[in-house]
Amino acid sequence: MPVVRVDNLTFRYNGIDVLSNISFAVEKGLYLGIVGPNGSGKSTLIKNILGILRPEKGRVELFGRPLSDFRQWERIGYLPQRLSALNTHFPGTVEEIIQMGLSKKDQDTLTRTLKMMAIAHLGSRLIGELSYGEQQRAMLARALIRRPELLIFDEPTTALDPETREMFYSLTGEMNRQEGTTVILVTHDIGVIGEYARNLLYLDKKVIFSGTFKEFCSSRDMAGIFGPSSQHIICHQHDRTGGTI
Amino acid sequence: MDLMEVMRYGFVQRAMIAGVLIAAVSALLGMFLVLRRFSLIGDGLAHTTFGSVAVVLLIGISPLYVTVAALPLVIISSLAIYKLTSSRKINADSAIGIISSLGIAAGVVLASLSGGYNVDLFSYLFGNILTVNNTELILAFIVFVMVLAVVVYFYDDLFALTFDQELACSMGINTGRINILLFLLTAVAAVLAMKVAGIMLVSAMLILPALTALQMSMSFRKTLIAAVGFAVGAVLCGIIIAFILNLPAGAMIVLLNICFLSVVFVVKKLYVPRR
Repeated sequence: MPVVRVDNLTFRYNGIDVLSNISFAVEKGLYLGIVGPNGSGKSTLIKNILGILRPEKGRVELFGRPLSDFRQWERIGYLPQRLSALNTHFPGTVEEIIQMGLSKKDQDTLTRTLKMMAIAHLGSRLIGELSYGEQQRAMLARALIRRPELLIFDEPTTALDPETREMFYSLTGEMNRQEGTTVILVTHDIGVIGEYARNLLYLDKKVIFSGTFKEFCSSRDMAGIFGPSSQHIICHQHDRTGGTI
Repeated sequence: MDLMEVMRYGFVQRAMIAGVLIAAVSALLGMFLVLRRFSLIGDGLAHTTFGSVAVVLLIGISPLYVTVAALPLVIISSLAIYKLTSSRKINADSAIGIISSLGIAAGVVLASLSGGYNVDLFSYLFGNILTVNNTELILAFIVFVMVLAVVVYFYDDLFALTFDQELACSMGINTGRINILLFLLTAVAAVLAMKVAGIMLVSAMLILPALTALQMSMSFRKTLIAAVGFAVGAVLCGIIIAFILNLPAGAMIVLLNICFLSVVFVVKKLYVPRR
């Protein structure tokens, strides 16, 4: 049973197709990288999978259940690219944000997660007072605290410093390798895709490519889109690390 | 006239109790509205209340029941604002502007049809907490219990929704249901706040206590409690000062709220170090 299944999904905005007949499945334990140019519908696809947007037609299943029947949201950790409308005056502390929506609020787990993300000293600070990097760390802590079975990241490392970015990727790679956590990562960072992801979905309003890295590396179409040198770099990084390092 | 003497009057006691209940309701809801950039919804719904009151007076319903009778139209207006906002084609401020203009325009036309402006309609424009009747007191109590129950029961959902609607949606929270609940309760609060501060100053009851509490940079829970504290303090002091000095209570309550905001703002600027 796939963790995520998308069948024939079409999403329109103002009468224009943003996504057209998208179909793919994500098996348990997979690290899937989703790439594509700006405006290709990557974030829209993620929002359709999570029920934030409603598709014009098509079907999404999470853990074998249709999206409309799915209730076990604690199995999913989501980190958006940027909080859609973070009010800098929002009076929520980092601790309140991380524990948001948890049915059982456990202090030990909270302390452990804060330490893991190196933000133990920020627990009582207001989220709006933090730098963007610190906010993203807090949001990642929120996504991870439930030890979810599926992690969905939408351009998570945009504007993060290299050290935090490295920490982010090694942590999620470790969770994927050691705990079998399924990861869906939307990113522009092609180097990271080669290093960590095992499968690749190339999107440009429709699925242009979906498959393993071996298939990607031998695809002439992808060489045409990425250029032979970029394709070579991605494939070289993947061969060196085998995906998820 | 000393304080104990003032408190002996039945209408002052009713005003105090109703004022405290309405202030608490407005502050609780105002916190969520301000943070979600719906600050002006109180203004919009107050203007709609003007139209609704005009309809009620035109029909000839007893002034005793005007507050209750105006409710359905204001509730429909709040749902219209929600519907326009969630269509993603109209911004929240524009949606509020449309409904607000409609309320005022309809009110003026209806007042004219009923033979011109009369004293009753003007009493709703500026409010008078000292004229709260038993029906309104009971309504205020019921709404207070309802709002408190909703905030306690849906606290986590409201917190997530206020923080980020998309994130709340990805957590499986039924954001549509919570939004409708919030808009409905705001409509009722706006009608009740009209009695305290008048149509012209309803939005102040919703916005000012929340804004004052937000200046204190505390956790969400503490900020909510502080907002209620400021709102209740302003109502109690406002009624007493207004009664003793023979001034309009609604305006005095709003001025005290602004006074609290200014003091907290200045104290924070002067004494709280920047981090």
